[in-house]
Amino acid sequence: MATESVRPAPARRSGRERLVRYLVRRLGQAALTLVAIVILNFVILHLAPGDAIDVLAGEAGGGTPEYVEQLRHAYGLDQPIYVQMVRYLVNAAQLNFGFSFRNNMSVVDLIMSRLPATLLLMTASILLSFTLGVLLGVFAARRVNSFADNAISVLALLCYATPLFWFGLMAIVLFTVKLNLLPGNGMYTIAANYDWFEATLDVGRHLVLPACSLALFHMAVYTRLMRSSMLEIYGLDYIRTARAKGLSQRRIAFRHVLPNAILPMVTMLGLQIGALLGGAVLVETVFGWPGLGRLAFDAILQRDHNLLIGILLFGSALVIVANLVTDLVYAWLDPRIEVA
Amino acid sequence: MDGFRDFWRRYRRKTSAVIGLILLVFVALVALAGPWFIPGDPLDMVTQPFLWPGTDIEFPLGSDVLGRDILTGIVHGSRVSLLIGFSATIAALGIGVTVGALAGYFRGWIDDVLMRVTEIFQTVPTFLLAVVLVAIFKPSLSTIVLAISAVTWPAIARLVRAEFLSLREREFVQSCVVIGMGETRIIFRQILPNCLPPIIVMSSVMVASAILTESGLSFLGLGDPNLMSWGTMIGIGREAMRTAWYMSALPGVAILITVLALNLVGEGLNDALNPRLKNR
Repeated sequence: MATESVRPAPARRSGRERLVRYLVRRLGQAALTLVAIVILNFVILHLAPGDAIDVLAGEAGGGTPEYVEQLRHAYGLDQPIYVQMVRYLVNAAQLNFGFSFRNNMSVVDLIMSRLPATLLLMTASILLSFTLGVLLGVFAARRVNSFADNAISVLALLCYATPLFWFGLMAIVLFTVKLNLLPGNGMYTIAANYDWFEATLDVGRHLVLPACSLALFHMAVYTRLMRSSMLEIYGLDYIRTARAKGLSQRRIAFRHVLPNAILPMVTMLGLQIGALLGGAVLVETVFGWPGLGRLAFDAILQRDHNLLIGILLFGSALVIVANLVTDLVYAWLDPRIEVA
Repeated sequence: MDGFRDFWRRYRRKTSAVIGLILLVFVALVALAGPWFIPGDPLDMVTQPFLWPGTDIEFPLGSDVLGRDILTGIVHGSRVSLLIGFSATIAALGIGVTVGALAGYFRGWIDDVLMRVTEIFQTVPTFLLAVVLVAIFKPSLSTIVLAISAVTWPAIARLVRAEFLSLREREFVQSCVVIGMGETRIIFRQILPNCLPPIIVMSSVMVASAILTESGLSFLGLGDPNLMSWGTMIGIGREAMRTAWYMSALPGVAILITVLALNLVGEGLNDALNPRLKNR
């Protein structure tokens, strides 16, 4: 009894402390996932027919067996597999993913130089698809089973079924070739003498078609989710209460239903980042957008496996970070969620 | 049979589901019987290049940059798309159901390990992983199917695991344990049949997304070099897009119709198999 009175009862940890603990735990999980993905990449590279030396020797026009053996030894490929794996992990931890001989640059530098363009494209697509998805979803849910609702459903289904690279190509045919309205290739006008404002505008114009192509599929996903999420909340008791209080339909929709219906959208946003990156490979290839996706396409053509694996790893890291951010946003949006 | 009639009565209530089924049957007929009506190798150069659709009765959909018939390509391409879509889904079901069933039935450390692995595969951007797998293992029908199934199984695994977690607590499973039924038998003969409805619904959507993934892969030049697939055709047409956009447009429409049909059927199945949710 005495000791108990000396030591104060463990008070509820402050919200801030809980958040920090949660962050630390999530960061630890994220790091473990990343390590596992590096190992997965190592396994893929090792299951591949032939090794890096075969590619190198092949490019050099072949070599004597002695020379090939010498190269294998120099790169440590004659070591036992677990030694190679540890080396690969250590290298990965030092952000050393090898050298892209084709581009005469280290893989990390190459990826970093292409990252901003992809991030710009992805951000634009997310903003576009999320906003449109919320608007269309809310609009449809407020008029459920009306003509407008059905029209939106059909539109979403069509967007869901359209290959986005094909949509991009058709958009180029229409807006670039036929109407000559928007540029359909690259990120900026080459050799134009623009000041910063004109240059921004120029990038913006180049961004329209790729961003729309990439946003299309995700807009459909968000529209459908937002609609069903709104409808689910409309069925809850507190909405009936709000109706009984005599609140206007508009107020109920925007102040009572929408804030709660948007929660699953945040989760979906985090889940979609990986798909968005995959879509970026196709869209950037179509539009010659100088980002990671286009780099991946070039790496396929050049059979540059080191670079390809590097991009995959970076993409995964991006997804992990995005998931972490979404979880934090979610915890902030919905206080009911226990972070500790 | 009564169950089926009941199911059909609920399925046909939704017009869009019936439209989807009709479209899907049409695509399946084209794939099965089409090559019989339109024989020939889609890779053969049969006429002059850049022939616009509707200019020559013999080649109603025109020809591509090398004079290959587009109609033949689309008809034969339907086989490639459906074959890859269905085999990749079956392979993914094999992996996903096994992983999900083991994790959900045995729980404990088996569940922990399997779910960690699933999580890793869900974190890696799926299309990028498929690209890497096909590029590294050389494009062919089998590597494409393997790559697509390797990136799609986690969704099935999570679904099956969740179903197993809830079903294994039910009384009918407990009574099976009491009468001394083997675990394999409980898993495959007792629990698995009860999670079939959601698996079936998910499968139809997975076939659709597998077809989309395949078209993306072959558009990037990662298709089977010996087969003419819809994505390959779009990729070929891209070279001549400014003057002859029909080369890319037509196979794209074929993909759109097929994927749309599968999604509509998936929705219809969902409504028919989960009557509680029909108003969503």
